[in-house]
Amino acid sequence: MGLINWARRQSPWLLHFNTGGCNACDIEVVAALTPRFDVERFGALLKGSPRHADIMVVTGAITGQVKNRLKRVYEQMPEPKFVVAVGTCCISGGVYRGAYNVEHGLDTVIPVDAYVYGCPPKPEAIVKAIEALQNKLKALEAT
Amino acid sequence: MSIKIPIGPQHPALKEPENFTFTLDGEYVVKVEARIGYMHKGIEKLMESKNYIQNIPLVERICGICNVAHTICYTQNVEYLYEKPIPRRAEFIRVIIEELNRIHSHLLWIGIAAHLVGFDSFFMYTWRDREVVMDLVELLTGNRVSTALMTIGGVRRDIDDDKAYKLRKGLDILEERTKYYKKIAEDEKSLLVRLRDIGRLTPAEAIKHSAVGPTIRASKIKVDVRADDPYAAHDEVPFNVITYDTCDVFGRLMVRIDETLESINMVRYCLDHMPSGPIRIRLPNAPPPGESVSRVEAPRGEDIHYVKSNGTDKPYRYKVRAPTLGNLSALIEMLTSKGDYLVHVADIPVVLGGIDPCMCCMDRSAKFIDPIKGKEWSLTWEQLKLYAKRKWEKEGIKAKCR
Repeated sequence: MGLINWARRQSPWLLHFNTGGCNACDIEVVAALTPRFDVERFGALLKGSPRHADIMVVTGAITGQVKNRLKRVYEQMPEPKFVVAVGTCCISGGVYRGAYNVEHGLDTVIPVDAYVYGCPPKPEAIVKAIEALQNKLKALEAT
Repeated sequence: MSIKIPIGPQHPALKEPENFTFTLDGEYVVKVEARIGYMHKGIEKLMESKNYIQNIPLVERICGICNVAHTICYTQNVEYLYEKPIPRRAEFIRVIIEELNRIHSHLLWIGIAAHLVGFDSFFMYTWRDREVVMDLVELLTGNRVSTALMTIGGVRRDIDDDKAYKLRKGLDILEERTKYYKKIAEDEKSLLVRLRDIGRLTPAEAIKHSAVGPTIRASKIKVDVRADDPYAAHDEVPFNVITYDTCDVFGRLMVRIDETLESINMVRYCLDHMPSGPIRIRLPNAPPPGESVSRVEAPRGEDIHYVKSNGTDKPYRYKVRAPTLGNLSALIEMLTSKGDYLVHVADIPVVLGGIDPCMCCMDRSAKFIDPIKGKEWSLTWEQLKLYAKRKWEKEGIKAKCR
């Protein structure tokens, strides 16, 4: 188990899912992958399919249309899986809270492991969330 | 035999949750159906419950990429209701931020387009240089993406000499890099093969489907709100409306690169000719009753906002018509094979990306769906009036419908 956990920690693959946000968080997530911030130095790589992914990065407010699809995408991911909620709208509904088609937070739909605050958060904050998840895995390994 | 391929809502080629169904005949696309509405949040209704100042952050988050265009459109729309001109210096600052936003949006798109054709080193280069303009926006406004600079009656922050000096230095770097990208886009053979004659949109089709922004300008039609209906300081700031006659994705790429160079020159002109004076006037909380429409050239095309005020501090009705909605029917035209024009499956992502789709801007409409019976329908205006009348009559209220 030690070797598998070590490998998992060193190469977390990301799945990016926009659940109906305003694109501001999305471009910051992509900016975190590009040369200035370069999340790949922690081994993270963006993947298209939920079946290949370890971490789901969710951005944006959760709309009524996307809710069930989000659950399905989450169920398709292999265990162990982690969810990072990026941006205030994803965490609580943010500026759209009170609109008729918006859920009040991602954790009302699926379990969340890390929250990144900000509207939109800076790429540094997203990189830090990935690093925090790696540390979480490290703690799991120790026990 | 034809095959149907659904793409979306979660798909690596789409950055946003939307669904497209492609009908294929062998290797070619013969029919496309777009199913929109995944991003519908109900912003227009929410705006009716907030006052005009509270609505500024909400309007900014209609779209994160072209947020400046939306906030300028909203604030000047409300200012039209007051019928009072705002200070000239504020108008110049608006143009500076708007053009910086356009530079960032176009550089972002150039990178995404390169990524979609598999030219990832070009993607990494543009996104590295895009950080220069992000830093400049952060210097001027305090935020990287959502600028929060516009307010009703002017702008919230001034540009002093120190900032102007740093801005000019950053623009020099951007100009040099953008010229280099232009050279790459014109010379690089692998890029040309993937972009030339892909996603054809003839001028007649572009007008028929009311395409806007760089999409229609790549089809050799001069349409630009900044030139046709100048707002803010655009009546004074000189610029060229860029058009290309290639009518394909390559033309859209070149239009955006040339517009980036134009925007750099526009920002320089604004810095040189900016008048001194106040940056903001105070206006009362509630505008007088009335209606108003304002138009702004967002990076993706023409953005139209409509407001109806009834004299209170909250809008009675607000309507947003974002550019991608205009481009979507043109996109379906581009993706359908007809005659000698054939669309390969492999070209779908780059044609889709070619209009620079921003679905979150556009999802303002809703459709009625019965998930139990599996029925979908929409109502016409007449049906909606009848529905409202019956509903109120059931409650014993006699309704008068105009």
